[in-house]
Amino acid sequence: MREVGIIAYAQSPQIRQERALNEVEMLMPMLKVALVESGLTMDDIDFVCSGSCDYIAGGAFSFVGAVDALGATPCKMESHVEMDAAWALYESWLKIQSGEIKTALIYGFGKSSVGSLPDIMSQQLDPYYMAPLWPDSISLAALQANTLLQTGRYNEEDFAAVVVDSRRKAKANDNAQLFGDVSIEQLLAEPYIASPLRRHDCCPITDGVSVMIIAEKSVATKQCERPAFIRGIDHRMEVHQLGLRQLAESTSTTLALEKVKEQSGIGSGGVDIAEIYAPFSPQTLILKDALGLTDTVNINPSGGALAGHIMMTAGLDRMGMAYRAISEGQANRALCHATSGPCLQHNMVSVLEGI
Amino acid sequence: MNSSSSNQILEADFELGFTYTRSPGIIIGKFLAALKQKKLYGIRGSDGSVLFPPTEYDPRTAASLNDFVPVSAEGEIVSWTWIETPREHHQVKGPFAFALIKLDGADTPFLHRLFCDDASSISAGMKVKVDWNDDRCGAITDIRGFVPLTATVGNF
Amino acid sequence: MDIDLDPIESIAVPIYHHYHATSAKAITPFLHAIKRGELMGHLSSATGKVLFPPLGACPESGEATHEPVILKDSGTVIGFTTVHLPIPGSKLVPPFTVANILLDGADQTCSHLISECELGDVVIGMRVQAVWRPKDQWDYSLENIEYFKPTGEALVDVDELKQHCLERAKLRVKNRVKGNSTEVHHA
Repeated sequence: MREVGIIAYAQSPQIRQERALNEVEMLMPMLKVALVESGLTMDDIDFVCSGSCDYIAGGAFSFVGAVDALGATPCKMESHVEMDAAWALYESWLKIQSGEIKTALIYGFGKSSVGSLPDIMSQQLDPYYMAPLWPDSISLAALQANTLLQTGRYNEEDFAAVVVDSRRKAKANDNAQLFGDVSIEQLLAEPYIASPLRRHDCCPITDGVSVMIIAEKSVATKQCERPAFIRGIDHRMEVHQLGLRQLAESTSTTLALEKVKEQSGIGSGGVDIAEIYAPFSPQTLILKDALGLTDTVNINPSGGALAGHIMMTAGLDRMGMAYRAISEGQANRALCHATSGPCLQHNMVSVLEGI
Repeated sequence: MNSSSSNQILEADFELGFTYTRSPGIIIGKFLAALKQKKLYGIRGSDGSVLFPPTEYDPRTAASLNDFVPVSAEGEIVSWTWIETPREHHQVKGPFAFALIKLDGADTPFLHRLFCDDASSISAGMKVKVDWNDDRCGAITDIRGFVPLTATVGNF
Repeated sequence: MDIDLDPIESIAVPIYHHYHATSAKAITPFLHAIKRGELMGHLSSATGKVLFPPLGACPESGEATHEPVILKDSGTVIGFTTVHLPIPGSKLVPPFTVANILLDGADQTCSHLISECELGDVVIGMRVQAVWRPKDQWDYSLENIEYFKPTGEALVDVDELKQHCLERAKLRVKNRVKGNSTEVHHA
């Protein structure tokens, strides 16, 4: 396996509604920040890959428009996934593995405030059995949360404790949308929006963009004092129909973790921090168990997706946040997780290491 | 040029419509044709279990499936979420629940609506029955939803 | 067992989503300008090229653009196609001709309709002039121009025009380095 390191990462503030700037306008300054951090110019970037979804803001081919921000004339080697940008990173990583390229720039953007994200997410469902009922993403996560409650492993206080932890840690994250000190009692006094989920159990609607630059080791070590090397990365998907899955587990996450252990020799016991993409608080608990994380690991020091959730890049952001912790010397090894699809259908696990 | 007015952000509501027509294929197509006649069928998987609603494939072995099995219009609640204020897209007027329901004779639960008095009356294992739509066209919405087994259909 | 019924062959699954859009920062002045009957492009400070319609980013440099340039409503046909098939949802009745038009002073073509001539008469290099709708119908839209019509001027050599544009862009960069102006340019 070729060694690949993250050498730069830039994220816009994760705000509730960006009225004035469109996706391209949000993207341009963050591209600059990431390029400056990497010490590279666009000419040094061999490949660009992005993650976005046109349904979110209702703009047809907005991902093509975003290419303008790259200075894409003459043409760049470019690709796009209609998935979280973590999968754009995976495609870029594969391309480096193939030996075709040495550097890649990955970006993702989402302006969820323009539309009705929970309803739009229904479009992910099968069109015959589920989509005609329009179960929104919150309702589906609530069904999953209820399934988790029924196992007796966790209760609603545990859900609230995840939120308390997220808000507290997010106080140190300048880009967080939701942060501060809240108590479990306060949170449990709030009404349900889809039982057993309350509003704070759900990731906030967020507008923003993120950019990351990765490079093969020879470039990474030259350009960056302390890159975060991707020691292992794998993703697995589960069956589409909810009734055919074990919703209180995340078997695909566990399977991906096994593969990452094989690649890296590093298990969840060997990491300092974990950045988990759980858009709903109970999913943090499901994933914590699926990843075998104990309390010795600092989970979501950034606050995670409950503190800010740029749809289509929140998974890449987990790796970005872990890279930052590593590059700033707060951690040496990080376990990262990204998800896609309803109720944690598709999961990516990676291990980053500083040296 | 009046710069204050020329920088004023313009706003507009718009609707995007995608008027798709889908071909369900043979297996789902037959299941839907049966729904139209108020008949429910699951499909037998490789290990003999009954999957409802039917899929063309076994989720574990990927084998093609074609052995339909009649299942009951009654079943039990596996999981649920009570929605006090439905969203416009839910196409439901008052409070209701989305639920995972396992029909008698099926081994897998599926998603549908549940109509009942309130959230506190729902529990895992609660017995429910199909409330059929009067207008049926061969779609999953031919089932209006589920109601408690003890309820008189049409109360909700 | 089998189900002894003909399968449902197709189901209608229409999807509707509602959005509330706001105009992008860079594009907002362009929209206000077109409402006034003015065609506002953006000067790319990196390349000296004038982009119309402006999108707020220069695709060549990746730089943000915001420096307004008011363009004339005349231009040159760079390419065209005649559409013979009806487009679902479109008001346009085929056959009609759509052209890529380089507005005078611009370095990027925009697409619009060509009318007031025979379909077969449209050629590359043809000079055209905007025909505006009545002022009371003007909105925040390029549709304020109903179509472009031939002016009857002599054909333009497109290769020469391209060369001219490139040289002019270079000059703009040069002049810009000398005296940085944020005035509205009239190209």
